Amino acid sequence: MEHPTTSTLLTWIIFTPSIGLLLIGLLLLTRPLTQLTQATLDHLSRAIGVFFSAVPLVLGGLLWASFDGRATGMQLVHHTVWMRAFNIEYFVGVDGLSVGLVLLTVLVSFVAALASLPWGIARDDHHHFSRRAVPGYMAMLLLLETGMLGVFCALDFFLFYVFWEVMLLPMYFLIGIWGGPRREYAAIKFFLYTLVGSVLMLLAMIALYFASDPGALGQAAFTLADGSTGKHTFNLLNLAELGRQGAFGAAGPILGVAFPRIVFVALFIAFAIKIPMVPFHTWLPDAHVEAPTPVSVILAGILLKMGIYGILRVNYPILPQATLWAREAIAVFGAVNMVYAAFVCLAQKDLKKLIAYSSVSHMGFCLLGMAALTPQGINGAVLQMINHGIISPALFLIAGVIYDRAHHREIERFGGLARRMPEYTALVGLSFMASLGLPGLNGFISEALTFLGAFPVFTVLTIVSAVSVVITAAYYLWTIQRMFLGPLNEKYASLSDLNWRERLTLYPLGALMLLLGVLPMPVISLMDPTLRALIEPLARSAGL
Amino acid sequence: MFGNLVSMRLLAPAVVLGAVALFLFLASAFVRRRETGRWLFPGAALIGLAAALVTLLETVRLQYLPDGYNCLLGGCTAFLGMLAYDPLAVFFQALVMLAAVAAVVLTVGSPAVPQARRGEYFGLILAMTVGMCLLVSANHLLMLYVALEAVSLCSYLLTGFDAKARSAEAGLKYALYGGVASAVMLFGLSWWYGLFGSLNLQSLHFCMLGSPALSPGESGAAVVALLFILAGFGFKIAAVPFHQWCPDAYEGAPTPIAALLSVAPKLSGFAVLLRFAFNLLFDPRDPETLAYAPAQLEWALWAIAALSALSMTIGNLAAIPQNNLKRLLAYSSIAHAGYLLMGVVGGSQGGIAAVSLYGAVYLVMNLGAFAVVAAVERATGSEDLLAFHGLAKRSPLLAVCMAVFLLALTGLPPTAGFVGKVYLFASLLKGGGSLPVILAVVGIVNTVISLYFYARVLRAMFLLPPEPGLPERIAPDGAGLLAAALAVLTLALGVFFGPLAMLAEWSAGFVR
Repeated sequence: MEHPTTSTLLTWIIFTPSIGLLLIGLLLLTRPLTQLTQATLDHLSRAIGVFFSAVPLVLGGLLWASFDGRATGMQLVHHTVWMRAFNIEYFVGVDGLSVGLVLLTVLVSFVAALASLPWGIARDDHHHFSRRAVPGYMAMLLLLETGMLGVFCALDFFLFYVFWEVMLLPMYFLIGIWGGPRREYAAIKFFLYTLVGSVLMLLAMIALYFASDPGALGQAAFTLADGSTGKHTFNLLNLAELGRQGAFGAAGPILGVAFPRIVFVALFIAFAIKIPMVPFHTWLPDAHVEAPTPVSVILAGILLKMGIYGILRVNYPILPQATLWAREAIAVFGAVNMVYAAFVCLAQKDLKKLIAYSSVSHMGFCLLGMAALTPQGINGAVLQMINHGIISPALFLIAGVIYDRAHHREIERFGGLARRMPEYTALVGLSFMASLGLPGLNGFISEALTFLGAFPVFTVLTIVSAVSVVITAAYYLWTIQRMFLGPLNEKYASLSDLNWRERLTLYPLGALMLLLGVLPMPVISLMDPTLRALIEPLARSAGL
Repeated sequence: MFGNLVSMRLLAPAVVLGAVALFLFLASAFVRRRETGRWLFPGAALIGLAAALVTLLETVRLQYLPDGYNCLLGGCTAFLGMLAYDPLAVFFQALVMLAAVAAVVLTVGSPAVPQARRGEYFGLILAMTVGMCLLVSANHLLMLYVALEAVSLCSYLLTGFDAKARSAEAGLKYALYGGVASAVMLFGLSWWYGLFGSLNLQSLHFCMLGSPALSPGESGAAVVALLFILAGFGFKIAAVPFHQWCPDAYEGAPTPIAALLSVAPKLSGFAVLLRFAFNLLFDPRDPETLAYAPAQLEWALWAIAALSALSMTIGNLAAIPQNNLKRLLAYSSIAHAGYLLMGVVGGSQGGIAAVSLYGAVYLVMNLGAFAVVAAVERATGSEDLLAFHGLAKRSPLLAVCMAVFLLALTGLPPTAGFVGKVYLFASLLKGGGSLPVILAVVGIVNTVISLYFYARVLRAMFLLPPEPGLPERIAPDGAGLLAAALAVLTLALGVFFGPLAMLAEWSAGFVR
């Protein structure tokens, strides 16, 4: 398959934040010469951080405009050889699966950059994360954005892996330096958990590379972007083509287990840790509770999507037989995620921890929907990623609002806040309702699609999973009741309502919740042809 | 096979180094003025090393001249079969010379080495480099032993060079361990000679290819001999269970010497281990797959795999509680011996290339880490983890460099360490078979373990506040600049590793 370069737009989107990173580095290195004061340096870094996450947002608009939703193949491809050794290529492009996630990433990253400004934070609060070591913070945020965008655009497994790992270090520092009281523990836990997954992925990646045999495609060798040839390939599209031909079924077993199955399991665990799937989820509540608000926003909004994205990009097309073998297990894990995490939410006292577990619960929908291999199911799963990527950042911003004012997040200690903070209460209500799946808001569409797609295939599991919807409604409504209704706790009588920074970040997300709740088709039509093409061969072999 | 006169040309780099070493020994007796010695000794050492590197490259060029015969493709032996002159030797000779350059640069600002004795000190470094150059091209087991001893003797002296008592203790401990290990190895070599009747690696190679199956008695003797020889190699590369000298020696030695010991003798040990293994254990006629020259020695691969797994696991686990940076890096270097051994177990040309590539990368990142330790030690007088608390605030440049090296040692992209790990794992997974896959899984588990203690240093530098009483800022010095250069190199090799990969694959061409 030839994929000549058609556009460098994606490369610009991916690396624009890195330019900001380099600028901040330059500012720091030249400081002995320029003699900038700390305050000037902080302001400049903030400006760079916001500007270089705004540019990808604008470029994202361009991406949306130039993306053709009716096509199924890769678009806006940038393709050159990176390293001749191991036939590694720089190969980026988007299709219906990734374009929505790229758009989501540029949006959420910009929101996170705005939420990192100290605007509206009391002047004497020097320990607030937005006032500590600002250049380093902004540099890490920008590096993280490059990593995330790279993961969603990479079409070479090696490149994908590099971007995947590039995200680890900024997250470690963002949690470890600017986080809450137990930040060190949370940061290293996140780092170690994710690294376990990554190294498994590394072995699986190398195994796939050596198992890739051009003979299965009737070719003598794989052709690289510059016309040279190689015996093996990291190219995800070539690997997917090999997978469709069933080439990996013929590879020799590893440690007595069939090759596709053991590679599938290794990759699946790597991605499941990121989702996070029960029982690999315990890093998430810790990371969320300790992370500063904008980092939680990115973590919940984008990083969690990478697990599902990885399974759909790597496992599904490359190892279709193993996917069919594992789909029931995936569905069961999905149902467990939904129901178990929902019950855990009921027991939470900390608002942020509650939202963190609700994320775990909502990612279960994606697992169930994609395991069903029906058009509704897969569309529901991917739409759920987008919707959750809009709702959960809003939820974490909401938790940040109350934490900035009251310096704690214990649900029980509030009460009657609606009287003092009506605007805040309205936005909380909107976000909670969107998250629990109220018809008319975006969460409903994807949850309904997921259930619709899963019901004919996994009837019992779908019924069990539906329980989680009820529990979700219960914990959200109960939280609203405890925090916002009832008599006002006089201790918090002086809390102010939203400031402009918070409005600027919350209102766009709230508007998207409403918009996608009534008009989901613009997003669905972007991805539907690609997703159908993705599951069509799988569904055919499964006899669905 | 070249005779002695022609061979001298191939020995030119070692001759140059030896001459400068002698000059330094003599000069230190005659140069009494401190100011002269301050620039003369390191200057002479650096010029000697640079000249040796140039002559080494010159010998590479020479090989293409006379009647089209190319040693570097065909491989040839000098001094009637005592030394091999092939890509592997050239590659590793260049590496050990570069490591020596770094050690000289680190010494210039180091307080550990008394100014008055620096002539001998630099002379010993160069003498050790001569030994290592001979070691990596040793093609005869006796030559191998002599070169190994030459390297070891210089190492003992250099380890004990610091005036402090613990330095002398470390040198003595190192000498005792080394003496036992080399005696055991010599004993093993004598058995090997008794069994096969030659000490020349090529002759042995043909002898093993042609020999009928060994009798049970002979095969038992071969097991004992091989185990003894492996013990000698294990000591040189600091692999578990022959590693006990390593943390003490590094902790006691002056930091530049610890840096040198952690890379140069280890890498030259690996070069000669590769030469040994690929002449005697594997069948080099079929470099793509794992085939064993004598079937009875198949277990040797398991022994090397066990050494590898033990080194990784014990090295990494023992590094976790360390609070002295030099000890921590010592255990990390033990673990890295385990990683490098994975390439030997890979047992193919790809495995050799992986060892060469990871060796070069390890040189860069480990020297870099030691350079940061040296810079911090000079400013604070301590190499304890406490001295690194809040380093990000006191010296952001050093802290960022150290972070790059630690990530590279863990094996995370986009650093060179990641590329090296990919090559090692790829060499294991390429052939298939259970043993390599199991070893690869041990390797990845160890990668995760190693992150834990490397992250302890990251935490100290970036997450914790500075310890009171330490200097507010650390001004950049020679060690700091070296660290910065190596950090840039670590990142650059992580993104553009093509040329290095080509050199590494070239070095694997010694297998005929």
